[in-house]
Amino acid sequence: MSLLEINGLRLAMRSFDGETEVLRGVDLTVGENAIAGVVGETGSGKSLTGLSISRLVPTPPGRYLGGTIRFDGQDLMTASEDEMRRLRGRQIGMIFQDPTTNLNPAFRISTQMIDIAMNVAKSDPELIGAHARASRRARRAAARQRCVDLLGQVGIPDPQTRIDAYPHTFSGGMRQRVLIAMALIGQPRLLIADEPTTALDVSVQAQVLELMSSFVRERDLTMIFITHNIGVVAQLCTDVSVMNAGRVVESGNVRKVLKNPDDSYTKELLSAVMTRDTPRPTRNRAVAGAVT
Amino acid sequence: MTILQVENLTKRYVTSGGYFDRKGETITALDDVSFEVRRGESIGIVGESGSGKSTLSRIILGLEMPDSGRIVFDGTDLSTLSKRELRAIRARIQVVFQDPYASLNPRMSVRDLIAEPMEIHRDILGMSNAQITDRVAELLTLVRMEEDHMHRYPHEFSGGQRQRIGIARALACKPQLVVLDEPTSALDVSVQAQVLALLIGLQDELNLTYLFISHDLAVVRYLCQSAILIRKGKLVENAPIDDLFDAPKSDYGRMLIGAMPDIDPDKSPFRVKSQA
Amino acid sequence: MSEVVRTTDGAATRSARRTNWARGFYRFRQNPLSVIGLVIVALLLLLALFGEYIAPYPEHLNGEVNVANRFQPPSAEFWFGTNEVGQDIFSLVLAGARISLLSGIAVIVLATLIGTFIGVIAGYFGTWLDEILMRFTDLILTLPALILAMAIAAGLGPSIPNMILALALAWWPGFARMARGEVLSSKAELYVLAARAQGAGNTRILTRHILPNITSPIIVKMSLDVGFAILAVASLGFIGIGVRPPTPEWGVMLSISRSNLPHFWWTAIFPGLAIFLSVLSFNFMGDGLRDVFDPRARR
Repeated sequence: MSLLEINGLRLAMRSFDGETEVLRGVDLTVGENAIAGVVGETGSGKSLTGLSISRLVPTPPGRYLGGTIRFDGQDLMTASEDEMRRLRGRQIGMIFQDPTTNLNPAFRISTQMIDIAMNVAKSDPELIGAHARASRRARRAAARQRCVDLLGQVGIPDPQTRIDAYPHTFSGGMRQRVLIAMALIGQPRLLIADEPTTALDVSVQAQVLELMSSFVRERDLTMIFITHNIGVVAQLCTDVSVMNAGRVVESGNVRKVLKNPDDSYTKELLSAVMTRDTPRPTRNRAVAGAVT
Repeated sequence: MTILQVENLTKRYVTSGGYFDRKGETITALDDVSFEVRRGESIGIVGESGSGKSTLSRIILGLEMPDSGRIVFDGTDLSTLSKRELRAIRARIQVVFQDPYASLNPRMSVRDLIAEPMEIHRDILGMSNAQITDRVAELLTLVRMEEDHMHRYPHEFSGGQRQRIGIARALACKPQLVVLDEPTSALDVSVQAQVLALLIGLQDELNLTYLFISHDLAVVRYLCQSAILIRKGKLVENAPIDDLFDAPKSDYGRMLIGAMPDIDPDKSPFRVKSQA
Repeated sequence: MSEVVRTTDGAATRSARRTNWARGFYRFRQNPLSVIGLVIVALLLLLALFGEYIAPYPEHLNGEVNVANRFQPPSAEFWFGTNEVGQDIFSLVLAGARISLLSGIAVIVLATLIGTFIGVIAGYFGTWLDEILMRFTDLILTLPALILAMAIAAGLGPSIPNMILALALAWWPGFARMARGEVLSSKAELYVLAARAQGAGNTRILTRHILPNITSPIIVKMSLDVGFAILAVASLGFIGIGVRPPTPEWGVMLSISRSNLPHFWWTAIFPGLAIFLSVLSFNFMGDGLRDVFDPRARR
């Protein structure tokens, strides 16, 4: 059964040069407990697709020309801002690329996380395991405990004390883990990750990917992983949709799409990826020495 | 024939501890690093963030001074040179930066951007404004762009085109050594392939030596004949590229090669685990 | 390359510039308030230049009085009414635009020159020079601007140039701090490092790379500040140490009208409106300029 279904989504962006259609009929289906990769190059519309799901594209300058986004049966395109606010964080979590700009440097991690936890607990006190009528102090303590647990689960060593540190004392990989923990506070059913590992070193990237894949496996979680890195998709995702110029040109099981692509753009994209087996260019000169 | 010798380079930074804690920590960015680069070759300098590879490139570019060790470029020890002589050497060592959006001044036209190094070294090159403009046109053709692009501004170009502008600027003074600081890591894969092909073509055409700084081993393998691995300021491996891939001698080399994301879904370490 | 080619080159560069201007104006137009501000500022500037020529009673501007017509309420003959000596307030307000606007602009231009120079030097060269210059700036900043200007004006004697100088001397620290901040962030840009890597010297980096990139925020601040400078000029006129009567100036007119209130309200309301309108319009225009130069600040 599919958790998310996007049909014919069309979005135009207005600018000085006039209105350009940036999403030109996006179709995307994400099944429950899938890790759906969305790959594409700059300007393919992959990030705007992700933002559209949580309705975070500002309108104007954006304008939806048509299409539907159904999340768990509910049409998000017609949902009110109030309904969307309830969905964000609780049902749909988001992780963005740059961990440095998504944590407020002026506040401790604990302040930022507990704030979110207290907020989601308003609609569902179960999340922090404290009764809604418990004292504010008791609820805060419970929220803090929940955040510490989450930080531990995403692999932050010594979360009990690290939670009170400021973001700048964390490395890039650790910050990304904090952001993942934050997105998980509300126990969302769908997690949209937009290039979450792009700013990280390869060794750290491998760790973060492993973490994300284990979360999806162990929890009732579905993930949309937006990236330009096909290697990451191959490692992590169960399904993949390839986007180009505002459309999904090919989608399906990751093995099928990456190993036997039908679409010419997908083939082109795959052939451009450099791997350890890419044939090297022949140089005109053998190693040049005494020339000049 | 060796064009660049880096000998026992060491660089430490003292972090300022702030007003209340005056004692800063000492960070060793480079610890006794030595290697050689042969003329016409490409050498990859590979390391993760904080490894010291950026510090190394800044020292080679003369933007920072090492605490100890020396750099010999084309037979000249750079530390023995006067300021004036050093400036002249700068024209022969140029750089292309990673971020084609941030490395081009948004308020300068393409002509002015590419002309800048020639204006700076006008005393050595002795070029008139008209000659400089002609050379800019020539350089744009060299990097497969149009002469007319000269009058536009950086924001009108795509990432790949901007990086070509950056390459044209680096080549303006006919350098011998070009430091490529992750020149393709901010680009889309299809564009990356084009820029790499351009770099290889230019190397053959102009007999350039490349110092290719990168964290992407696949790209280093594609472009370079040899590579050095730097970790926490120390050189951990220096090997011909095939040896590095076939039989990495250091643990760090093995780890880096192991962490390269493969585009074959069946080689995924997570998937194997989940099926087991 | 032939001369012909080079002339077309110039044309191409010009057309690229024109597109940039068009793009900027598009962003400006997105906010109707900015356009209103721009229109009013343009009108005020026209008044400042030509106000005295279109005044219906130019003789009143030179201090001529007509006691028979004192305190006439607004009418077809005297649009804004007349004052305690029978002068036409409409003519005085028109003529007052010159002193208010031009002094306001002069104050800000002077303050920008001083402040930017000090801020750029401090930000670019850093270390001890920065410490000295910025501590001095902070010192000036701790003194209330109007009181400092009053003291300077009192010392130099009341005249329009002295008032402008006094206000500028009290006004520059804001520009210095801003310029320093902009230089600090601009200095860290990659293109500055790229220029240094090519061997560029300080003069070149400052003039080609840093200054062009910090002018936009400075222009925005100038536009916003002109409004407040006009207010400051009026305040000094109001308390009697700036412009002296009978020179027509909005602050002075307000000051005199105090004794006519509340019965002869028109003597106060029209100069007051003029001040209000110019402060507001410069602020609206400044907001619009900010949209042009830094579109990320809004939307």
